[in-house]
Amino acid sequence: MARLRFWKRKQTPAPPGGPIDRGILVFANTSEVIRAENLLKKAGVPVKVMGPPPEIQSGCDLVIQFPLMRKLELLRLLEENRLKPLQAVPVTGPLLKPVDLFHIKDFGGHLMVRAANMKLTVDKETRVIVNVSGGGCPDVPYLAAQIVGRTLEQAPRPRDLGHTVCGYALELAFEEMERQCSRS
Amino acid sequence: MLAVVGTIPEADFPLAAGPVEMGDQGLRLDGRVIEVTRGTAALLAAAGACLETLRQPAPFAFLAGDTGLGHGSERLYEHLAGHLGETAFTAITFHYILPVVDWHQRVFFALEEMRPRPCLIADAGFMYVAKMSGLAPAYDLFTPDAGEMAFLADEEAPHPFYTRGFILHEDSRVPDLIRRAYAHGNAARYLLVKGSVDYLADRSGILATVQEPDVEALEPIGGTGDTLTGIVSALIASGWDIAEAAVLAARINRRAGELARPTPATSVADIIRRIPGALNEIYAPDAGHDFESSLLR
Repeated sequence: MARLRFWKRKQTPAPPGGPIDRGILVFANTSEVIRAENLLKKAGVPVKVMGPPPEIQSGCDLVIQFPLMRKLELLRLLEENRLKPLQAVPVTGPLLKPVDLFHIKDFGGHLMVRAANMKLTVDKETRVIVNVSGGGCPDVPYLAAQIVGRTLEQAPRPRDLGHTVCGYALELAFEEMERQCSRS
Repeated sequence: MLAVVGTIPEADFPLAAGPVEMGDQGLRLDGRVIEVTRGTAALLAAAGACLETLRQPAPFAFLAGDTGLGHGSERLYEHLAGHLGETAFTAITFHYILPVVDWHQRVFFALEEMRPRPCLIADAGFMYVAKMSGLAPAYDLFTPDAGEMAFLADEEAPHPFYTRGFILHEDSRVPDLIRRAYAHGNAARYLLVKGSVDYLADRSGILATVQEPDVEALEPIGGTGDTLTGIVSALIASGWDIAEAAVLAARINRRAGELARPTPATSVADIIRRIPGALNEIYAPDAGHDFESSLLR
């Protein structure tokens, strides 16, 4: 307990812009972000997908927030897996947080989950994905074509096929749907 | 004539520009068949169904294949920046595309040079990038859903995925979101907000609402927002003013949905087939309206 208090006293307050011990990995496109996130999470690195700071926003972006002290380890791991970030830099300003609220709607025989601007609907009895709605990036119609008509177990994961922020939101809706269906 | 700009979810679909033929098997452009699922194909099919019923020219499409990597979107942006001015259009509807601010600016310069200036309508990825570029007020109509309306209302969000939590996208808050979007200069001249209640608004506030028929099962069906954007685009290109077209389109889209007797598993293609019937029913000559006289205004 005493040691805990010691560490608390030693902690430097976060600067107004954001936590001082965090960095961001910037990739050429969202597909690489999704691949890197999967890889780093499997390796046990506490990473978070976030929105980029305003100075590097180009339109449809995600970055990975990581513990800055582990920068070299992460870069080596990424390089071994042929993932090369464009930048790995300290956080200098507040990052945008992804929407983390889910909206669940029960239609009787069907359940709909909304994550940000994406909606996923499943037949509750068969667990077949019957519809995908929302979104504005070009992989949404593609992802919908790949997963509609398949069960949650059979469908390819949006995180494996998606390339954009909308695709990432659909993955979150997919994960939440799995949680919802596992409760029933 | 109406132009529609968007992407098709096939990696090998080439850049194509031309009038779209409507067929039983789907849409045809440059000899290629386009399956009508959701997205820009659904928008085009809905617009085409309206235009055919109104005896107007088929929509002219600028399409490219893109499964999300952005290669097709880039080809499309580049083509538009160089060729938009070559054909006269009454209205241009921009739809599914990878939002890239630099490319949007180049296309916008090309739009600025068009004479006469077409009515500019944006939805989906192109609406995201128009807002992010700070040029939303230069557009005539945006057609967001409630979640996208929250994104327009959040002056800091570059994408709906980052809409801040305190800006809730509940349908009941849509009027507040509309006010906020206009206050920060992030709305088009008109907004048609799609949801359990469809709202038409401009800078002065809510101009109209449409909430009948209320068919709850339409919400999860992918493409029902695309069909509404397609219908309103077709009506505007046919001569209706934006406000009239928006209200009429909302009524037609809802009625087409009702006629399809949908469940949450219904395909949007089933709803698109009902659009001519819904249009004829709501805007029939014997109901006191006349297509021909309206189009001459």
